[in-house]
Amino acid sequence: MLSIKNLTVAVNGKEILKDFNLEIKAGEVHAIMGPNGTGKSTLAATLAGKEDYEVLSGEVIFKGKNLLEMDADERAREGVFLAFQYPVEIPGVSTTNFMKAAVNAKRKHNGLEPLDAKDFLKMMNEKSQLVEIKREFLSRSINEGFSGGEKKRNEIFQMAMLEPSLCILDETDSGLDIDALRIVANGVNKLRNAERSFLVITHYQRLLNYIVPDFVHVMFGGRIVKSGGKELALKLEAEGYDWVKEEVEMI
Amino acid sequence: MSDSDKIIDEVVGNDYKYGFVTNIEQEFAEKGLTENTVRFISAKKNEPEWMLEWRLKAFRAWEKMEEPTWQNVHFPKINFQDIIYYAAPKKKKEIKSLDDVDPEIRATYDKLGIPIQEQKLLAGVAVDYVMDSESVITTFRESLKEKGIIFCSISEAIREHGTLVRKYLGSVVPQRDNYYAALNSAVFSDGSFVYIPKGVRCPMELSTYFRINAENTGQFERTLIIADEGSYVSYLEGCTAPMRDENQLHAAVVELITHDNAEIKYSTVQNWYPGDKEGKGGIYNFVTKRGMCKGVNSKISWTQVETGSAITWKYPSCILKGDNSIGEFYSVAVTNNYQQADTGTKMIHIGKNTRSRIVSKGISAGKSQNSYRGLVQVHGTADNAYNFSQCDSLLIGDKCGAHTFPYLEIKNNTGKVEHEATTSKIGEDLLFYCNQRGLTDEEAVSMIINGYCKEVFQHLPMEFAVEAQKLLSISLEGSVG
Ligand SMILES: Nc1ncnc2c1ncn2[C@@H]1O[C@H](COP(=O)(O)OP(=O)(O)OP(=O)(O)O)[C@@H](O)[C@H]1O
Ligand SMILES: [Mg+2]
Repeated sequence: MLSIKNLTVAVNGKEILKDFNLEIKAGEVHAIMGPNGTGKSTLAATLAGKEDYEVLSGEVIFKGKNLLEMDADERAREGVFLAFQYPVEIPGVSTTNFMKAAVNAKRKHNGLEPLDAKDFLKMMNEKSQLVEIKREFLSRSINEGFSGGEKKRNEIFQMAMLEPSLCILDETDSGLDIDALRIVANGVNKLRNAERSFLVITHYQRLLNYIVPDFVHVMFGGRIVKSGGKELALKLEAEGYDWVKEEVEMI
Repeated sequence: MSDSDKIIDEVVGNDYKYGFVTNIEQEFAEKGLTENTVRFISAKKNEPEWMLEWRLKAFRAWEKMEEPTWQNVHFPKINFQDIIYYAAPKKKKEIKSLDDVDPEIRATYDKLGIPIQEQKLLAGVAVDYVMDSESVITTFRESLKEKGIIFCSISEAIREHGTLVRKYLGSVVPQRDNYYAALNSAVFSDGSFVYIPKGVRCPMELSTYFRINAENTGQFERTLIIADEGSYVSYLEGCTAPMRDENQLHAAVVELITHDNAEIKYSTVQNWYPGDKEGKGGIYNFVTKRGMCKGVNSKISWTQVETGSAITWKYPSCILKGDNSIGEFYSVAVTNNYQQADTGTKMIHIGKNTRSRIVSKGISAGKSQNSYRGLVQVHGTADNAYNFSQCDSLLIGDKCGAHTFPYLEIKNNTGKVEHEATTSKIGEDLLFYCNQRGLTDEEAVSMIINGYCKEVFQHLPMEFAVEAQKLLSISLEGSVG
């Protein structure tokens, strides 16, 4: 699904990702943890194709294609989805209208006719139940006046609508109350299947109780320094990052 | 090209710079503006004596006036003596088929989705080739006539309906109202006249497009619309297709009058040539538009979509004189590249229980400047007046500017005045968010703009609204990325 090799990325001349490597197979869930400022969001934004992120070296292959050659909108239509850490507000555009444009842009890309109003509404209904989002939210301007948790829930709703191949969740759990966390995680779990992969960025092990990962990686100074199974997250939760730091420094 | 066309072409092509002797046999006025120019124009149009006197009064006022400088726009000083104020309607170069039309203009027609027949009419393809439209126009005229509606050029109205014109012309925008209005009053070339009789509801949208003798009205257009008691009319001005004109200065005057229980809905789509990407060329559009709600319970509603012109300076206004009368102003003004717009409205509350509503949506892109200027005036007589103003600005990129100048003059405190304003920006983060959902920059901008302008578009007649939406996307093409 996704193969990142020796990726080095700079922002404003500063190297953030350094010789980064990661392999994600179809159907797998990978979690990335790590202290603030180690480059987790930078990785997410680079994969999604944000312009200010300058790739100095390395390659990213997504479903057999060179991802780095595509513009952000093309990557999205090819099936990369990023649930933002800080979703933006779009004044005057409802979630419904936004999703109509996005879903149809993707369908067009795949050589399909736009959905008619009836089928689109049916799809909205189904997917909104997945994350238990209230209908009234869908007719409001996107994220405008939404609470932090509502914004995150709206991101997962959009993810469900767009049916991506690779879902990148950047701290989707932060800002969620306990009930919302469970609802969002359940929504994500319902979207899991053999063809869809997940890259879940989080600071808290708790999320991983709900979304059980196949792999957990620890990121430090722009690269993955330790990988393991779900038990690695438990150890980090209990002991913090110091021991990883020490291990890294010893090498 | 026929022989007569050749002659006209030669005259137009070569002799502009030399000027002409004032001679009624000639097709052009001498360059510059004197009392003789005004007499020449009036004579050319076979106008009655009162009309000439009216024009001369305007001319004498104009001579003593100073050009206004308070607007938030900048341009080189206009030499008013370097303009030719009258040229006989120039015969358009005969275009046999759409293939002869400027490809850039054609491309825009296609993007707008204008039907082929209509494209031909707009591009000035010889009328013989557009028989369908001709027959439409004929049926259209007949059904208006049946209801007693007068819809003709103002020149024709001056000759045929002198009493009506004399009674109302200048009653809302007097000759000496402002510099450009005075200029227009002295030299106006042509324009539209509409009269809707008592109790008649005009059965279709009236548009300049269908006007009898729809000749080139030139730079000083004059429009007068009168809705008699209990009548209704919706009038459309302009069109979404790009309009090119060699006249740089346009100074139109529009006057609307509603009697008791009457309503006029006036919609404009203005798409004059805005100049190139460097800001060269382009039209200066200095317009005076004003409506008078003369009668009780009457209503005037202005809706405008302004995308063209290098400089736009216009404030469609309502004088709410009749008790319970209503004034509305819905506006979308787009500026891109080096365009400048200073536009807004005035709502003058005089009658009791008068209400007004202002919704202004400014969109600035490129290096353009967009100003909203609005005045709400509540006179001492206007008990329980109510105004609501909503002024929003949308910035695309960070090299453009938006400015808001709201003025309030309240002399009666029994009513209520409400003002809301917002500024939003289409910045990189917003575009990236949309890109990440699969939308291109263009798709994202057009989606956001349509959401932003919805409140104004819904006041436009249906087909116009659809075209206006597309027009906006086209005007903003290349403004991001
Ligand atoms: N546009 C930018 N200009 C300069 N530095 C930047 C820019 N964007 C990110 N950085 C820097 O890159 C580093 C990594 O940032 P990033 O947002 O990827 O961290 P993170 O691991 O997601 O942190 P957090 O856990 O706090 O979300 C930080 O030091 C940050 O300040
Ligand atoms: Mg982050």
